[in-house]
Amino acid sequence: MFNIENIRKDFPILSEVINGKPLIYLDNAATTQKPQAVIDTLKHYYEHTNANVHRSVYTLSERATKEYEAARDKVQKYIHATHREEVIWVRGTTEAINLVAQSFLRPQLKAGDEILITAMEHHANIVPWQLVAEQTGAVIKVLPINDQGELILDELDNLLTSRTKLFAFTYISNAIGTINPVKWLIDKAHEKGIPVLVDGAQALPHVKINVQQLNCEFFACSAHKGYGPTGIGVLYGKKELLEKMPPYQGGGDMIRTVSFEKTTFAELPLKFEAGTPNIADAIGFGAAIDYLSQLDWKALMHYEHELFLMAKEALKEIPGLRIIGEAKDQASIISFVMDGAHPHDIGTIVDSYGVAIRASHHCAMPLMKRFCVPATARVSFSFYNTKEEIQVLLEALHGVKKVFGLP
Amino acid sequence: MGETTTNIIMLSDLYQDIIVDHTRSPRNYGKLDCASHHAEGHNPLCGDQLELFLHVNDQGVIEDLSFTGSGCSISTASASLMTEALKGKTLKQAEALFEHFHALLTQENAEASEDLGKLIVFMGVKDYPSRVKCATLAWHTLQAALKRQAGLVSTE
Repeated sequence: MFNIENIRKDFPILSEVINGKPLIYLDNAATTQKPQAVIDTLKHYYEHTNANVHRSVYTLSERATKEYEAARDKVQKYIHATHREEVIWVRGTTEAINLVAQSFLRPQLKAGDEILITAMEHHANIVPWQLVAEQTGAVIKVLPINDQGELILDELDNLLTSRTKLFAFTYISNAIGTINPVKWLIDKAHEKGIPVLVDGAQALPHVKINVQQLNCEFFACSAHKGYGPTGIGVLYGKKELLEKMPPYQGGGDMIRTVSFEKTTFAELPLKFEAGTPNIADAIGFGAAIDYLSQLDWKALMHYEHELFLMAKEALKEIPGLRIIGEAKDQASIISFVMDGAHPHDIGTIVDSYGVAIRASHHCAMPLMKRFCVPATARVSFSFYNTKEEIQVLLEALHGVKKVFGLP
Repeated sequence: MGETTTNIIMLSDLYQDIIVDHTRSPRNYGKLDCASHHAEGHNPLCGDQLELFLHVNDQGVIEDLSFTGSGCSISTASASLMTEALKGKTLKQAEALFEHFHALLTQENAEASEDLGKLIVFMGVKDYPSRVKCATLAWHTLQAALKRQAGLVSTE
C-alpha cells in the first residue's frame, strides 16, 4: 500500500490556498496537476539543454535531440507501440484526430462514405470528422447510448457498413466516465475490415495502454491528462498506414530535399512533425511517464476507485441531486445536476470552499442533449485526492443548498 | 456539517436575496404575443439560452417585454430584473441603462448610476470575472433585438 501523504508531497500545487481554503482539486478530467519531477525536468531543460533538435552538430543540440528522442522511446514503451516511429508528436489529442481526419481519411473519402462515431464523444472527436465530411460529401453516423450512458452494442452491426471508412470512439467518456469495451469494439470493426481510431485522452490517467493488444489503427492522447505538460500529445498509428499517408503540415524538419519544383519528405515520424517541435514538453511528457512508472499503479487505481465509489454513494444521498451516467464500468468521473441550482452556480459556490470542479457541457453538447440537460457539474478524481476532500465537497454542496434555500 | 461564516459572507455579495428570489420566481417569464422585437442569446461555455420579446410602440417606449430560456442563477435573475427595469422606459433610457449596467460590472471604481435601481445588486458579480457574461447575456440579447440583428447573439 502506498502512502497518500507522500504522493501529495510530489505535487506542489496541492498545498495552494484558494479563497482562504486549501485547494481541493477535483477537475482532473480537464487536466491533471504536475509532479515536482515534471516541473524540475522542464526547468532543467531550459537551464541546461535548450537548443533546436535535429539541426546542428554542436553538443547542446545533440543533447536536446537525445533527450527529445528518448522521450519518444518512453512513450513507445509506455503504450506498447511496436516501432518508435509509430509515435508522432502532436499538440494533443485534438491535433492527433485532425491529423488522421485530413491525412488518412480525406484522400480516400467519397460522397456517401460513412464515418462512425458514438453519442458520447468529445467535440474533438466529432468536429474534425464533420469538417472532412463536409469537404468530401461523406456522412457521420452515430452509435447511440442508453440511459445509463453505455453504448448500445446491439446496434453496432447495422452501423458498421460497407461504406464505413473509419470507426472513431472514446476509450473513456470525459463527461460521464463510461469505460467502453474498447477491445470488443475494435474487433467488431476489424471483422468488417474497418479501421479504428481510439480517443485515449481520458484513458492515459486511468488505464494501462497497450496499442498492440488493442490492435487499433490509431490512438490519440494528451500528456496533460496524465500528469505531463500541456501542449504535447501523441498520435500512435500503425506504421504501414502512416507510411502511406501524405504529410499533414509542410515546413522544416519534415523534408528530405526541397527545390521549387519538388519536395521529398522525411521518413516517419518526422514526416508528420513540421517545424520546431515542442521539445521541452515532449521531454516533460517523458518525465511524467518515468514518474508514473515508479508508482504502484495497481494500488493507486484501487485507491482512486475507492474514492470514486465513496463520492458516488455520498452524492446519491443528497436530496434533489441526480447523477448523469451510471455505466457499469466507470472511471473516476461523476457528472451530476441538482434541482434548483444550475451547475454554473454550483461551481462558483463550491469554489468559495476551495473546491475546483467543472461546470459546463464538457465539450460534449450532443451528450448533454441526450440527457436533456444544458450542462452538468462534474467531479473527477486523481490518486492524489483524499477522503477528507470528499467530505469538504459534500459540505460545499450543502452550502449550495443553503444559498438557494433548497431542502 | 459545519458551515463557516467566511463562505457565506463572500458568497452573499454575489447571491444577494433579490437575485435568489428572481432565480426562484423569474418575473415576466414567457413568450409575448405580437412582439415588435425579438432575439435569442446564447452563452456557449455554460449552455445558457435566452429568448427575449419586446413590444415597442411608435413613440419608442418599451410597453412590454418578456423572456424565456434556461440558465444559471445570475443570468436568470439578470434577465428577470432587466425586464422589470425596462418596462415603460424609452429606447434612449434603455440604452443609457445598458451602458450604466455594463460599466457597473466591468469598470474598476465605476460609480453606480442612480437609474440602476435594483440592478445595483449585480455589483458583486464584478469580483467573479467568469460570471460577468452570465449577468450581461440578457442585455446583449436586448441590444441584438433592438438593433434587429439577424441570427443569434453569443457571449463568446
